[in-house]
Amino acid sequence: MLSRTASDLYWMSRYLERAENLARMLDISYSLSLMPQDGRGDGLHELAMPLLITGTLDDYLERHGELHAERLLHFFALDAANPASIYSCLGSARASAHAVRGRITADMWENINATWLEIRGIAEQGLSRYGMSRFCEWIKERSHLFRGASYGTIMRNDAFRFIRLGTFIERADNTLRLLDARYEMAGDQAEAVSDGTAHAYYQWSALLRALSSFEAYTEIYRDAPGARHVAELLLLRADVPRSLRACTEEIDQILAQLPGANGRPAQRLAAEMDARLRYTGITEILDEGLHAWLTEFIPLVRQLGNAIHSSYLEAA
Amino acid sequence: MIRTYFDEMYDAGGLVRPHYREFARWLAETPDELLAQRRREADLLFHRAGITFTLYGDEQGTERLIPFDTIPRSIPASEWRIVERGCIQRVKALNMFLADLYHEQRIIKAGIIPAEQVLANEQYQLAMQGLDLHRDIYSHISGVDLVRDGDGTYYVLEDNLRTPSGVSYMLEDRKMMMRLFPELFAAQRIAPIDHYPNLLLDTLKSSSPIDNPSVVVLTPGRFNSAFFEHAFLAREMGVELVEGADLFVRDDKVFMRTTDGPKAVDVIYRRLDDAFLDPLAFNPDSMLGVPGLLSSYRSGNVVLANAIGTGVADDKSVYPFVTDMIRFYLGRADPEERSDVPVSQPFRTFPRTGQSSRSGGQGNPRLRRLRNAGRAGGNGGGNRIVPRADQSQAPRVYRSADVVAVDLSDLCRKRHSSTPHRPASVCIVWPRNPGCARRFDPCCPARRLPGGEFLPGWRNQGHLGGRGLKEACHVK
Repeated sequence: MLSRTASDLYWMSRYLERAENLARMLDISYSLSLMPQDGRGDGLHELAMPLLITGTLDDYLERHGELHAERLLHFFALDAANPASIYSCLGSARASAHAVRGRITADMWENINATWLEIRGIAEQGLSRYGMSRFCEWIKERSHLFRGASYGTIMRNDAFRFIRLGTFIERADNTLRLLDARYEMAGDQAEAVSDGTAHAYYQWSALLRALSSFEAYTEIYRDAPGARHVAELLLLRADVPRSLRACTEEIDQILAQLPGANGRPAQRLAAEMDARLRYTGITEILDEGLHAWLTEFIPLVRQLGNAIHSSYLEAA
Repeated sequence: MIRTYFDEMYDAGGLVRPHYREFARWLAETPDELLAQRRREADLLFHRAGITFTLYGDEQGTERLIPFDTIPRSIPASEWRIVERGCIQRVKALNMFLADLYHEQRIIKAGIIPAEQVLANEQYQLAMQGLDLHRDIYSHISGVDLVRDGDGTYYVLEDNLRTPSGVSYMLEDRKMMMRLFPELFAAQRIAPIDHYPNLLLDTLKSSSPIDNPSVVVLTPGRFNSAFFEHAFLAREMGVELVEGADLFVRDDKVFMRTTDGPKAVDVIYRRLDDAFLDPLAFNPDSMLGVPGLLSSYRSGNVVLANAIGTGVADDKSVYPFVTDMIRFYLGRADPEERSDVPVSQPFRTFPRTGQSSRSGGQGNPRLRRLRNAGRAGGNGGGNRIVPRADQSQAPRVYRSADVVAVDLSDLCRKRHSSTPHRPASVCIVWPRNPGCARRFDPCCPARRLPGGEFLPGWRNQGHLGGRGLKEACHVK
């Protein structure tokens, strides 16, 4: 496969996964802002969190000066001038799909194209008219639909592998960052395992719901959510699809299937990461300190992304 | 008033032409609301499928829909056979002309075409001189644009031998017609067109001396107005769609960069003008081309389709000589064609001094050209045609010596100022076995106005052949 084609497929699915993740972030922040913990009651702290996670808060402040609920939401979701907005991510995903429309099925292309046409309509009418929760639901739904169209129609070849590779790299990164941000925000309360306050419950369950893992949590732990179990679930459980471990396992397997000897650095790195998670317990992670551990792991994911780039996407 | 255009559906006496009878009956029975609803459905589906072209100069890079007319243009098989033969004959002669021009130049020595007419033309490529091409094919894919005059005679508006485009819209439009109006296809015998990509691949493969060569489509990229078509053809043929940056030349051989390392390329169906192909040989600013490609081409290591330097044969200044060309190359050599006066009669055109202003803005070059064609002279002095207002050339204005009313353009202009005049276009791919011709026929549907009248519509339409149509023909 052409390196450029592989790159477009990879970035198409990365951007699409990113759009979905941003919607998930927005969803949880919006829910939390309705029940703010800082006592001021405006929920701006919660609403600004997604910008902090994605590193776009400074851009926002530069353009809009102060925190303002509606402007924040617009900036994050629909602002075409913000390259990190959901709108821009979908635009980039669609542009990549457009460049390789001959290598994806018509079902996939029409799906992603329709999503793009539709979000432009939503951008015209504005977020408040469309509805915040409805918007997040819609983004997730379109992402599910595209994934379904992909799994249901595309041939199991390298194109399929690069598409999945993009998805899992992006997802691994997102799960790490989201967990880190929530943990930071929960602050001291997080240290108390399952501290039982209504607020902590709300915090952790919102995170679990945002990652569609609430049902998995209750089934596995049958307990109110707390830092220890949530971290274990989202980092180490291979059977939870949005967990870090599930992502590294997939990445490891996909890379092993790609042809060519030039992929070795990426393959080695992925195998190392997967092995590390497989043979780590949550106690070890918490002993090291969750934040410190996460801060160490996030650059590894970036490094793996770079290795994939130099091995396949800029090859020859 | 004398009718100066040719009505595809009705004859001079207002009667429906035989090959339109079935359609006219269907149209009369179909309520206007249903037609309008199907139209909207078509727009929606085209948008969704992204069957679009990009308008240059539009900051948004907006992708526009190719206008689609739900009213088809039908061409009866008997008529089509003449058009087909004429086009094949024409393309054959033009190919021989190119081979001659870059070798012995017999036609110049015979005094049929003045040397300065071709050798001084900027489309004449010195790099092609003396270069032998496999099977002497220069124009693998040719597009012949046709118009009709008041009595229905077909004329060639122009030949496109560089990188003719538009065939994908024809194929997609046909699919759309079949989806929206299956009953029309059930009631009439329509020639199939779906296998065009298959024929194209066959043509490309047979243009290389190598067995089972590696074929790619070279596109300027997704911002090119015809990107949809490039992607479409690559997908339908099952070959890689590459950009210049995906290719590189090593030891005079062309390779593409893949996830599995370099892979050899044997045939390039390029949708890039000569000037952009190789920054080392042509335009040094070209970011779209492949450095070293010309050298590899001249070494015979890669086939370009179409060949470099074909533009000299479709230039408007050469166009008036095509009839003589056909006589010169085919008159004696080809006994089969001997008795024929050249089938497709060209306009008799002559260059006019002065340059026209580039009207129509920076639209799609093809559309701009069509829009400009058919514009009548302000003083009633006949049709002015501005051919080739696109590509590398500065536009020149030509005037037809004989006033030929072009298709339905008069009425078209009056009623629908925004509706461009649309000639039909025939696409011809060079056959693997000489004598076995492949051809794709034209189509220009009429448009129905609120008053029930018919106006010319878009040519990119699945056409409806008359009853008894046996042969495969394609509509563009």
